[in-house]
Amino acid sequence: MTGLLETTAERRARRDRQPASDERPAWMGRQPRWVTGARGVLLTVACLAVIVPFVAVVMTSLAPQRDISARGGLVLFTSDPSLAAYRAVLSGGVVTRALTVSVVVTVVGTVLSLACTIMLAYALSRPGSLLHKPILLMTLFTLLFNPGMIPMYLTVKQLGLIDNLAALILPVVVNAFNVIVMRSFFLELPSELTESAKLDGAGELRILTLIVLPLSKAVVAVVGLFYAVAYWNAFFSALLYLPSPEKWPLQLVLRTFVVNQTPLGTDELSASTESLPPQASIQMAILVMSVIPILIIYPFIQKHFSKGLLIGAVKG
Amino acid sequence: MSSRRGQLATRWHRDRVLLVLAVPGVIVLVLFHYLPLLGNVIAFQDYQPFLGISGSDFVGLSNFSVIFNGDPEFLNALVNTLIITMVQVLFVFPLPIALALVLNSMLNERAKRLTQSILYLPHFLSWVIVVALFQQMFGNGGMLNEWLRSADLGTFQIIGVPELFKLLVTSQVIWKDTGWSTIIFLAALSKVDLNLYEAAAIDRASPLRQLWHVTLPAIRPVIVLLLILRLGDSLTVGFEQILLQQGPVGAQASEVLDTYVYNNGIIGGNWGVSAAVGLVKGFVGVVLVLGANRLAHVMGERGVYSK
Repeated sequence: MTGLLETTAERRARRDRQPASDERPAWMGRQPRWVTGARGVLLTVACLAVIVPFVAVVMTSLAPQRDISARGGLVLFTSDPSLAAYRAVLSGGVVTRALTVSVVVTVVGTVLSLACTIMLAYALSRPGSLLHKPILLMTLFTLLFNPGMIPMYLTVKQLGLIDNLAALILPVVVNAFNVIVMRSFFLELPSELTESAKLDGAGELRILTLIVLPLSKAVVAVVGLFYAVAYWNAFFSALLYLPSPEKWPLQLVLRTFVVNQTPLGTDELSASTESLPPQASIQMAILVMSVIPILIIYPFIQKHFSKGLLIGAVKG
Repeated sequence: MSSRRGQLATRWHRDRVLLVLAVPGVIVLVLFHYLPLLGNVIAFQDYQPFLGISGSDFVGLSNFSVIFNGDPEFLNALVNTLIITMVQVLFVFPLPIALALVLNSMLNERAKRLTQSILYLPHFLSWVIVVALFQQMFGNGGMLNEWLRSADLGTFQIIGVPELFKLLVTSQVIWKDTGWSTIIFLAALSKVDLNLYEAAAIDRASPLRQLWHVTLPAIRPVIVLLLILRLGDSLTVGFEQILLQQGPVGAQASEVLDTYVYNNGIIGGNWGVSAAVGLVKGFVGVVLVLGANRLAHVMGERGVYSK
C-alpha cells in the first residue's frame, strides 16, 4: 500500500535512509587502511590455498610427460594440454568400473535417503501425534550413542550384506542429524497452511507432496547434497564391507593408485603400453574425476546453505 | 478405560498415515543402530567368527583388562587421541571464529559471498582426496619440495615423518573444515542487533571494545554449544584421515582409538577386546557430552538442550 501512495521523492528518501548492505552505515567509523589491507591479504591467501592445489591437479592431468619431467611433479601450466589420461582411464578397466559403482551408489543412495528422511521428518513434525515422543527420542538417541565399528560390521555380515553394494547404502540410509534438520524446517512452516488443507479434505500424503515439499526446496537441496556427498566420498565402508576389488567405488581406487602410489599399468587400464600417458597425469585424472561431481552440484546447492541448513541447525 | 481405548482408536485413525511414513526410517534405525547396539554383547565374549554370537563363550569382563590394566598399545592409542584432541581444541577450534569475524567485517556482499563459496568447498571433499592433495603439494616429490630443490633451498619433509604426524593431521583439518565451520558463527553474527554497535560507537567504543562487549557476548552461546559437542567427541579424531596415512609413520605416532579398534579387531581378529574398547569409548563419549552440557548449564549457558 505504502508503495502506491508514496511519491517518487518519498521513495528516494526511504531508499537513502536504508543504505544498501555493502555501504558503510553513517555511525560506523571508516576502517583504517591497514585493516582492510591485512584482511584482503589474509582472505586472498586463504582462497589461494584452496584454489592452487586444484589448478595444479587439473593441469597435471592434462600435461604431457615432457612438462611433468621438467617440473618434477605437479605442473601449474601446460602449453600442450591433452585428454589422453582421461581417455586411458575412461576406456574400460578399473577406474571406469569404479566410477560406475560410485555413480550408481550415489544416485540410488541419495534417492532412498531423501525418501526415508523426508517421510520420517514429516511423521515427526506433528507434536502430539501417536507415538511422536518415542519415535523422536529413538531418533535422537542415535546421535548420542554410536554402536561401534565391530558390532556394526558383525550386523552387516549377519544380514548377508558383505560384498554387496547395498552395504554402502543401507547402514547409512537414514542420518538422524539430517532428519532433525528437516523436521525443524517442517516445524517452521506456518501451520495454517496444513490446517486449511486438512479442512479442505486433503490427506497427509497430499499435504506432504503438494504443500510441504514445494515450500521446503532449500532444505531438501541441502540435505540431498549432504547425503550425495557422503555416498560419493564413502571410502571406509567400502574397505570394510567389500572384499572384492572389482566392486570398489572410486574413492577406494583413488586410495590404492594415488595415495598408496600403486602404479597403474595395462592390466588396470585397457590401453596398450606405448600409448600409456604419464603416470602422474593418470593419477591426477582419477583425482579430478573424483572431485568433479562435487564441483558441479556445489554451486547450485550452495545458495541454499544459509536458508536450508541454519534454521535446522541453530534451532535444532 | 474404554474411553481411553476409544481415544487411542481415534488417534490411530488420525495419525496412521504419519506412522506408516515413519516405518522405513524406523526399520533402518532399528536394523543398523539398535541391533548393532545389542551386538555389543561380544565385548563380554570370547567371540569366534565361526561360532557366532550365540555360540561364543561368555568371559565376563576379561576383554576390558586391556583398558584397566593399561595394555601399552591401547594406552598409546589413547594418549595419541587425547593429544590430537587437545591440539585441535586449542588451535583448530578458534580459527573459524576468527575467520567468521573477518568475513563478517567485509562490507562488499559479492566479494564476501565469493570468498565464502571458495572457503566452504574443501569440506565437501573426501579424506582420500584431501590426503592425496597434501601428498601432491607437500610430499617428497610434491610441488613445494620440487620448487625448493630447484631454488637450492633443501627440502621440507612433513609427510611420512612420525614426529610431525600430529601437525600434519591438524593442518589438514584446518584446510578442510575452517571455512565450513564459519557458517554457524556467521549465522549467529548476522543476528546481532546493529543498534548495539551504533550505541557503542556513539559511546566512543573502539572497534576492539565493540568486539569484546558486543560481538563476542552475542555469539557466546554458539561457541559454548560447539565446544560442548567437540568435547563430547574428545575420543574421536579423524578416523578415515588417520587410517589413510598410517602406513609410512607407524602405529606409535599415529594409532588413535578408532584405528586401534579397526586394526586390532577387524584386521587382527581380536573381536572381543576391540568391541570392549569401542563400547567403553561410546560410554565415555556420552558421559562427556552430558557432563559438558551440565557444566554449561552451571555456567548459565543454554547448552545442547535446555533443562
